Amino acid sequence: MIISNALSLAVREIRRNLLRSGLTTLGVVIGIAAVIAMVNLGEGATTRVTGDIASLGRNLIIVSPGGDHNSGPGTTAPPFDVADAESIAREIPGVVAVAAVSSQLAVAVYGNANWPTSVLGTDNAYFDVREWSVERGRVFDAGELQAGKAVCVIGETVALELFGFQDPIGASIRFHKLSCKVIGVLDAKGQSSFGQDQDDLIILPLRTFQRRLTGNQDVALIFVSARSGQLTGKVQQDVTALMRERRHIPPGQQSNFQVSDMKEIVNMVESATGILTALLGAIAGISLLVGGIGIMNIMLVSVTERTQEIGIRLAIGAMERDVLMQFLVEAMVLSSIGGIFGVGLGLACSAIVGHYLDTPFVFNPLIIIVAVGFSCLVGVVFGYMPARRAARLNPIDALRHE
Amino acid sequence: MTNARRIKATGSSPLIRLRGLTKVYGQGEAAVHALAGIDLDIHDGEFVAVMGPSGSGKSTCMNIIGCLDVPTSGEYHFRGVEVDSLSSNQQALLRRHYLGFVFQGFNLLRRTTALENVELPLLYRGFGSSERRELALAALDSVGLTGWETHTASELSGGQQQRVAVARAIVTRPAVLLADEPTGNLDSTHGREIMDLLTEFNVSLGITIIMVTHEPYMAAYAQREIHFLDGRIQQDEARSLRGVRR
Repeated sequence: MIISNALSLAVREIRRNLLRSGLTTLGVVIGIAAVIAMVNLGEGATTRVTGDIASLGRNLIIVSPGGDHNSGPGTTAPPFDVADAESIAREIPGVVAVAAVSSQLAVAVYGNANWPTSVLGTDNAYFDVREWSVERGRVFDAGELQAGKAVCVIGETVALELFGFQDPIGASIRFHKLSCKVIGVLDAKGQSSFGQDQDDLIILPLRTFQRRLTGNQDVALIFVSARSGQLTGKVQQDVTALMRERRHIPPGQQSNFQVSDMKEIVNMVESATGILTALLGAIAGISLLVGGIGIMNIMLVSVTERTQEIGIRLAIGAMERDVLMQFLVEAMVLSSIGGIFGVGLGLACSAIVGHYLDTPFVFNPLIIIVAVGFSCLVGVVFGYMPARRAARLNPIDALRHE
Repeated sequence: MTNARRIKATGSSPLIRLRGLTKVYGQGEAAVHALAGIDLDIHDGEFVAVMGPSGSGKSTCMNIIGCLDVPTSGEYHFRGVEVDSLSSNQQALLRRHYLGFVFQGFNLLRRTTALENVELPLLYRGFGSSERRELALAALDSVGLTGWETHTASELSGGQQQRVAVARAIVTRPAVLLADEPTGNLDSTHGREIMDLLTEFNVSLGITIIMVTHEPYMAAYAQREIHFLDGRIQQDEARSLRGVRR
């Protein structure tokens, strides 16, 4: 029998039994779609989390007081001061920007509106290390930084909460006992992957912050930006050495501060999300297997159910290979249709769910090939094997099969 | 197909020749001898009725003649060709080119139109679609089903379904038409319609007909009656006049 005959016969059989064909196809569709959706979502999440961390600033090194077991806001380790930050900028090669930062929580008030937020004291270097720019207005000028003027740059969230549709530039907001003029609004950065709103902040010149809010010279964190990714390791070592010297820590004793490289954090998070992706992949593999078993069942049942039909075909002169060709072509056509719909559904699901989870859409051709290949293989093998069994029966046994 | 074409009518040898044919189901103590040694010759153009009680082996014999089943021992020659020595593919070709079947239960493909059912054997013979259609329409016409071509099997009455089955069997102009209780599921009116068709194809097309039946008045259409009992041929008589009991 010619291939085109087998194809037309198969297509006719498929159309004649739409329900059976539909169910068979559904198995393939779901198997493929589940795998593609899961792996794509896993990869999307990974991409987003690492992207978020990178958005904190490239080649960023953060110096914070406190040892391994004595860090964070409650630390008893001595704080840094502006001189520490200046010495890093002056003495360590490969550093492009250094920002000393202190922060405090405060409730900001404008007119009737008030909004609890965090207030950061720093200088213009902060905008460089965070790769952040103002959307409207301007950053601080040298005179304001020097004199500790009451001016501030606010984040998008603070601007919205306090001012609504009004233009905040030039307005004065109050927090604690300070009245402060808004000179700039920052670009929106959105939520970090840890669920924190990065735009919910007010930035003051460090000197203003120290004089008017805390009344001391302390600096909570020092942000250091290295010139390139290759230099971060070296800069981290140099900063550690310099700070040990400045803090008079004798050799052999633990540092009472930490120098962390964002790259390390990125690597750490990447390995964590790698585990997540592997886990999702394993689940996807199981769904592929379950989908495969579904396809297998449907194929076994539908072909076994058609044993009598095979008997009729044999009786009127079909050879074993004619019957096999027909079932093979049918299984291939069904698997291909299922494959196309499965890929479509899988990609659509990952796009839609990804949209709601706010993760980027990742297209992975390998997983599509694996999913489609496996499902079609299962469909064809299990469409073929029972057909072969039936076609090898004595025709009369196939005919009498109920 | 070349092998099949080699099978030619030779003047001396009968169309079908069975010698010492046996069929045993099961083994040892439980063995059932469905056929216990059958010797039978059937010649071109005959119309043979095979009768006998249930379990007498008549259907088994038919299935072996139709290459739907294999004998346990014995010889089966079809136009001088030893059928046992043929491969299953060669037997398929024998069915395709020389045999037609009509079954008690019709055995049409469900959800398939009458026309497509009749076209099916032509498809396996490699006919093109227009030729298939033409021949199938003619066959349906010859069984009086013009106008019913596009109905599926399930939309047809039993009598009509059996007529489609007859059309499917004769559309390839087989040498032999094997009918296993073709009227068994029909009332006598529709049964007679089928018998008239078979007689007509036997006479006008020269198709040899071997028919298993329980009913004497159906057997009366045949020229020759063979009675089976307990896996053996009990009686084999030729009738001079066709349809004496009609």
